[in-house]
Amino acid sequence: MTGTITEPPATVAPPRPAGVIGAAIPRREDARLVLGDGRFLDDFGRGALAAAFLRSPHAHARIVEIDVTDALSVDGLVAIYTYEDLDDRVAEPLPLLIPHPALTAPRTAYALANGIVRHVGEPVVMVVATDRYVAEDAVERIRVGWEPLPAVVGPRAAFEATHTVHADVPDNVAAHLVQEVGDAPAAIEAAPHRLALDLDIERSASMPLEGKGVYARWDPDDRTLRVHTSTQTSTSVRFALAAKLGVPVDRVEVVTPDVGGGFGVKIMHPWPEEVLVPWAAMRLRREVKWVEDRREHFISSAHERGQVHDVRVGFDADGRVLGLDVRFLHDNGAYTPYGIIVPVITSTQLLGPYKPASYRVEFHSLYTNTVMVTPYRGAGRPHGVFVMERTMDAIADALGLDRVTVRERNMIQPDEMPYDQGLTFQDGRPLTYDTGDFPATLRTLTNLVDWTGFAAVRKRATAEGRRVGIGLAFYVEGTGVGPYEGAHIRVETTGDVVVATGLTTQGQGHETVFAQVAAQELGVPVDRVTVTTGDTRRFKYGVGTFASRAAVMSGNAVALAARKVRAKALRIAGQALGVPIDDLSIADGVVRAPGGAEIALATVAVLANPLRYAFDEQAGRATQFAAPAGDGPPVAEGDEPGLEATGWYSPIRSTFANGAHAAVVETDPDTAEIKILRYCVVHDCGRMINPMIVEGQVHGGVAQGVGGALYERIVYDADGQLLNASFMDFLMPYASEVPTVETEHLSSPSPLNPLGVKGVGEAGVIPGAAVIAAAIEDAEGIRIDRMPISPSELWELRQRAAAGEVPRLRRGRSSDETER
Amino acid sequence: MNQLEPIHAVRLTVNGVPHEVEVPARRLLADCLRHDLGYTGTHVGCEHGVCGACTVLLDGAPVRSCLLFAVGVDGSEVTTVEGCRAADGGPGPVQRAFAECHGLQCGFCTPGFITTVTAFLREQPDPGAEEAREAIGGNLCRCTGYQNIVASVLRAAEIVRSEPGR
Repeated sequence: MTGTITEPPATVAPPRPAGVIGAAIPRREDARLVLGDGRFLDDFGRGALAAAFLRSPHAHARIVEIDVTDALSVDGLVAIYTYEDLDDRVAEPLPLLIPHPALTAPRTAYALANGIVRHVGEPVVMVVATDRYVAEDAVERIRVGWEPLPAVVGPRAAFEATHTVHADVPDNVAAHLVQEVGDAPAAIEAAPHRLALDLDIERSASMPLEGKGVYARWDPDDRTLRVHTSTQTSTSVRFALAAKLGVPVDRVEVVTPDVGGGFGVKIMHPWPEEVLVPWAAMRLRREVKWVEDRREHFISSAHERGQVHDVRVGFDADGRVLGLDVRFLHDNGAYTPYGIIVPVITSTQLLGPYKPASYRVEFHSLYTNTVMVTPYRGAGRPHGVFVMERTMDAIADALGLDRVTVRERNMIQPDEMPYDQGLTFQDGRPLTYDTGDFPATLRTLTNLVDWTGFAAVRKRATAEGRRVGIGLAFYVEGTGVGPYEGAHIRVETTGDVVVATGLTTQGQGHETVFAQVAAQELGVPVDRVTVTTGDTRRFKYGVGTFASRAAVMSGNAVALAARKVRAKALRIAGQALGVPIDDLSIADGVVRAPGGAEIALATVAVLANPLRYAFDEQAGRATQFAAPAGDGPPVAEGDEPGLEATGWYSPIRSTFANGAHAAVVETDPDTAEIKILRYCVVHDCGRMINPMIVEGQVHGGVAQGVGGALYERIVYDADGQLLNASFMDFLMPYASEVPTVETEHLSSPSPLNPLGVKGVGEAGVIPGAAVIAAAIEDAEGIRIDRMPISPSELWELRQRAAAGEVPRLRRGRSSDETER
Repeated sequence: MNQLEPIHAVRLTVNGVPHEVEVPARRLLADCLRHDLGYTGTHVGCEHGVCGACTVLLDGAPVRSCLLFAVGVDGSEVTTVEGCRAADGGPGPVQRAFAECHGLQCGFCTPGFITTVTAFLREQPDPGAEEAREAIGGNLCRCTGYQNIVASVLRAAEIVRSEPGR
């Protein structure tokens, strides 16, 4: 039984302020992408040798022997490598990218398994052949003798430590961290009301439609390595490869072409294949390419989510939180190359917009015989928001209060900004919120979804024999994490403006938004600006694209570089026109003085580079006899030739975006089918550079949030076999599963950066599980403490509730409206 | 595998251009188009026919090129995303609509949507929003949440209907 309640109102149009920054201009990258002219990793290297990998079929096993005899006769085979063939630093474990004092037992994998495998999918043998079909033929003919070992699956089994993943880590604990603000256990003990909750989020994965891929070319004459890789950090891959392969950094170029989605999984690096493909290319002196297939992606690229939380909360009669104590187990999989970023973010971002009087959080990060865990869009925040928002709903239910009221009473007020939560964030800096009006966000959301009007909606639905519910969830997201990004801008003598920044792009429209920033700051038409990202030939320093940081970090670096270029252009133009700099302005690529005198930026660019040789007509204007010689050197002391500059942005700490989502769901009384009737988003990412792109990011995030709430889960059996390693079984939402999103934008600019922007890339996904759980709970009157939830699980839950095995909500199906 | 694999000559007309290509029997149509003929606009997302990124039109009808062997479609007409352009080589109506409506982000799934929608609009030139959503119901997109893709389908229909001669 389904049906809509109300026709969703049209999406509120984002504001369209004057100027290029803030304009919803079409994307520059789309022209090539819609024509089929994009260039993704597998579009490179026609004629390159192809690599394929034999991967472990066991979750935990000793390698007794590897017999390649049968493979050697495969026509087209070029090379077979096992761990024994690796040399120098390639034979050492892969790097621990983000050490942390609490990560006391870090373990990373070898590029090829060294005697033991610790998850299904771990690479054991590399085959290189004339094409991928042939390489896979050879892989099939390699025989490996295995001695299976007991598998550790799931965080609870890991914590019990009956068996171990690493023999020298007897408790399976990679990391243990406690953070405390006040004495939460004592406050809970003394509180007039107390609740305990067990809240679980299951494992999922980023699952970009393009998997990973690496294409390497070694030029033995020039002694230069060029690597194309589908990554979220080309700059760091470059340094990692130079270190691993013993090639001077200057001789390594890493290029990120068009990337078919990342969502976090491609920030992890260097992957075994990312080291082995260039390594083989150098050894063989041939181009080598590897493109991950879908099954490989499931069983060897990182997963995420997967946490179990034990929550205790004490509160007063008004619902104010006096003490919150959260202990959770984080399943980090078999290795910890990316450190413990995910549980650190959960533990710190969990508090969201609220200010409990005291807080204690403790986590254990645990080894299991499964694929490693590294950030997936949201990176620990969806779990934290699920815990916090489920707790808020439980408090409201226990006291018989409206869920909005309880939130309002715990919320940080605008006049308390900046607000220090007293915790240490993922960047090692204090968790201090810069700006945000959380009550305004909540108010805007309750108006958008018509929270108070829902009683009437429910009444009508109930009269028709239908079951509906409403829920909401709030998040605060630290975005724009450091340490820095940079950008280089050059005005060519044609007047074209060329921008390069180190971080990469996976669909966020950076070519457009960075062009908007450069165009506005410099005073040129946006269509004269071209932007390159993720190509170390063009910009060598940078960190990467993750943590909703690109607009904040590179956006501001572009702005700062543009301001330097502008200052230089004004200086040169002022000299050329004989006009004080303060009287000049730049618009449409022309520097103008009040009296009508003007000079094109293209000409300024010519003058900025004093020349001896006139290689074209423009250049002739900058040669030695083209104008009277001055007294000083042609390039003044401290000056540089060229109308160009590099800008760097390095924030003191993250900037915090916020938002709230509400959902209306209908659950079928017979089949337990769950249908989302409305999905409302209010978000505040500060000043928007391109509202169309911002909204697109929100839409996509919501789709992944819905997936994580209702469909997507990575399922391992007790032996560590991944049971649903295909798109037939890992259910990502199609168009039929994703609701139309109703959006409103608020803007609390950040004082921490020149543009006043905050990140938005992850925002849409963060409250997904929490808001859908809240709405289902409201529809059903049964506590929902585990996500995702399928219709069959909801049906089971109903049976258990009927049998008295799980508690019904105190308000039952009478819901919030009775309190109003 | 000691002997060389048997090779078969296959004739394909791709986007109106005739090709003859020699492939082993197991060569997937997707790989043949991409790697043998250079039509790299066709993308492979799952290799088991679920995601739809590799959708091409075979004699006008949408098919998953990762599920077909090149030898099995000998003599066929294939339209890839590159063939969905306007006569002047610029973007065709569906391609224009996707760009106008922000119907793509990373662009990896986009070729499969564009070919699918191109075929759909020939059948149904004036779809409603629900029909548009259903028409793209077999293609996965991990970036957009589909809302702007639905808008793109409707916009594409509008552009096609406004074209002279229709």
